[in-house]
Amino acid sequence: MTTLQAPIQPPAKSLRWGEGALIGVFSLFALFSIVVAAKAYTPEFAFHAYLFAAASIAAVFAIGNRYMNRPAGPVPQFIDGKPNYNMGVVKFATIAAVVWGIAGFLVGVIAALQLAFPLFNFDLPWISFGRLRPLHTSAVIFAFGGNVLLATSFYVVQRTSRARLAGDLAPWFVILGYNFFIVIAGTGYLLGITQGKEYAEPEWYSDLWLTVVWVTYLLVFLVTLLKRNEPHIYVANWFYLAFIITIAVLHLGNNATIPVSVFSPKSYILWSGVQDAMFQWWYGHNAVGFFLTAGFLALMYYFIPKRAERPVYSYRLSIVHFWALIFIYIWAGPHHLHYTALPDWAQTLGMTFSVILWMPSWGGMINGLMTLSGAWDKLRTDPVIRMMVVAVAFYGMSTFEGPMMSVKAVNSLSHYTEWTIGHVHSGALGWVAYISFGAIYCLVPWLWNKREMYSVKAINWHFWVSTLGIVLYISSMWVAGILQGLMWRAYTQLGFLEYSFIETVEAMHPLYVIRALGGILFLTGALIMAWNIWKTITTPQTAAERELALQAAE
Amino acid sequence: MSTTNDTHGKVDQATGVSTTGHEWDGISELNNPLPRWWLWVWYACIVWAIGYWILYPAWPLVSSATPGLLGWHSRSAVAMQIADLNAIRSESAAKLANASLEQIEQTPTLLSLARAQGRVAFADNCAPCHGAGGGGATGFPNLNDDDWLWGGSLEQIQTTIEHGIRANDPDTRQGSMPAFGKDGILQKPEISAVADYVRTLSGIAKPGADFAKGKEVFEGNCAACHGEDGKGNQEMGAPNLTDGIWLYGSDKATIEYGVTNGRGNVMPAWHARLDPTTIKALTVYVHSLGGGR
Repeated sequence: MTTLQAPIQPPAKSLRWGEGALIGVFSLFALFSIVVAAKAYTPEFAFHAYLFAAASIAAVFAIGNRYMNRPAGPVPQFIDGKPNYNMGVVKFATIAAVVWGIAGFLVGVIAALQLAFPLFNFDLPWISFGRLRPLHTSAVIFAFGGNVLLATSFYVVQRTSRARLAGDLAPWFVILGYNFFIVIAGTGYLLGITQGKEYAEPEWYSDLWLTVVWVTYLLVFLVTLLKRNEPHIYVANWFYLAFIITIAVLHLGNNATIPVSVFSPKSYILWSGVQDAMFQWWYGHNAVGFFLTAGFLALMYYFIPKRAERPVYSYRLSIVHFWALIFIYIWAGPHHLHYTALPDWAQTLGMTFSVILWMPSWGGMINGLMTLSGAWDKLRTDPVIRMMVVAVAFYGMSTFEGPMMSVKAVNSLSHYTEWTIGHVHSGALGWVAYISFGAIYCLVPWLWNKREMYSVKAINWHFWVSTLGIVLYISSMWVAGILQGLMWRAYTQLGFLEYSFIETVEAMHPLYVIRALGGILFLTGALIMAWNIWKTITTPQTAAERELALQAAE
Repeated sequence: MSTTNDTHGKVDQATGVSTTGHEWDGISELNNPLPRWWLWVWYACIVWAIGYWILYPAWPLVSSATPGLLGWHSRSAVAMQIADLNAIRSESAAKLANASLEQIEQTPTLLSLARAQGRVAFADNCAPCHGAGGGGATGFPNLNDDDWLWGGSLEQIQTTIEHGIRANDPDTRQGSMPAFGKDGILQKPEISAVADYVRTLSGIAKPGADFAKGKEVFEGNCAACHGEDGKGNQEMGAPNLTDGIWLYGSDKATIEYGVTNGRGNVMPAWHARLDPTTIKALTVYVHSLGGGR
């Protein structure tokens, strides 16, 4: 008996619905953007509308091109029994983080030089201090920090869930869409488009765009967790999820604005007066709490135990400090508005919850540091571990300093002074950037299948150069802040002010110079890292090394 | 230590503590308890916070907030601090208020009092234009020299500070340099000649070919305010052009610009912002800077 066997045919390739829908949406959006550009009230807004149009058209072509080149059928979730991880997006965001980081540090150095030597404003409006300052803060927090969080969250959620990232185009939409938001925000600052809210400067249309991107991010992350192949959700993923959800809520609350027109970049916020101030600092403080603390604690919970090859110190501590941190942080914002028109009761709550927050913050530090018990020798031998441990130490220091500064008696001295700047930077440079550098030094060899970074010596140099930079930065700002605060409040015996304002400015000058020097050293360290990453990715390795790297990756 | 060894996890060799039994990408978690010191410091923070809530305004109610047992209120606290400061100042303020400007300057204790108050008031209010040491800047007079636009006596300085120059004040000092070129009163060659002439008055240029023409233009147009001899007139704030001190600059182009477009900078009327005692102190301070008459 013979049977006619049908010839094996490749399955017919067809457009996935997501591809079709996105091509349609982006085509319409490009058209819409061109109309807005043509009718825009200001040339700056027209420029942004054209950027939106260009990006939409590029997206249509990219999706079409990808369709032509991809195999038919769905992406396999497993290959040979191992999860088919989606690492392309992680690689992109890792490199973006390094590039934006260096850009943000550079702008910071220029801003620091402008404060020490006003000459560096060059009398150009686009790079005057007032525009560069938000460019610096957004570039380091949202561009550098944001890409680090995107890269590591997409990496960690896949590895600790043993599942491929959810979505086909969605992860790419998140990464590229987020970076497009950065471009719009950054060019907007230089052109003078701002809604004047600290850390929430982008105008209504950038905010709307980020909302779409962020909701997609939440969905990708959540669905990946839902299809995990582990019985429990790893602690790092709790922190990532708390970060993503809370940032969404904060973003919506503090950007509730009504645009003047769809053709105008300008909008007006719904809240007014002290309510607006309260919204702003509820947002501002929790941007610190959920973006720069919860998000980066997630990095700590994955990369430190992974790199040290040690179990996390205490599961119980991680649960208690996680929930305590989440519930208490959200109350602390009013401490930014001490001695203002904010009602006394709100100031009290802001201050007391900040103090209650001290130990929940330190829970993370204890868990991070004690994870090294049994592996302390690695501090000596592995500069990446050293970097991450120093990060956790800075985290501990600034989460003690923060509650202390929130106490009204201290705040009456420290508020509006350089001490605040120093405090922010001990957290930003010491904690956020160092834990990020540590994670990047782990990720790059893992992602590009290398055994180790190209030069461990260069990591050491990065560590020492930038540590010296941080020490110069924060110690000069401590001195500057306390000096400034004391000079402002100094009265003569006759009851007259001891110093005029300009004398306090003059007194800051040498300290501003030292701060700029610290910034230059920190930037130098980051450039060493960039070079090291470049060499790691581009240097070919021997077959034996490749074999070892692949084994290590499993 | 029973809490650390009772579970289903493996025992970690390095620490002897068991794990929770789960593992993610090679990472496990130890079953360590909460550190005691951590827990107790946290409880202490919470107790402190509750105590603070009882003593100070803390929790919002429907239309007010819990007032706190101490009855503390930030606005009354500020009012008390200001009252304290005014009490300290009142003695010296009374002394200055009751003395004339001449008495203040002649009495060493009053003079040092006025200078102490004037120094900071000057640096906070006047220095942005006149410079931290009163050295002036282009368009803003140097207050250290004895060259005065509107007079350098104590009374004249006080009037200038109180009512300002070309300020929004009925008693302000008026008088400004007309725009001879822009308003078509003088032609370019005449302006050039008069600029050359003016430069000869203080000896920074030698008389040239257009000297006679310049002198003629000067006498016809400028002498009314600046005087035949160019020595100025403090009634109108017309600068002395012979003393080599220049408000805007001594080069020919700057002088031509001034003659063409006029000049007239503004000084605010400070009586709207500063109390009389502070203005007195400032007057004596400025007078004592070196150029007072």
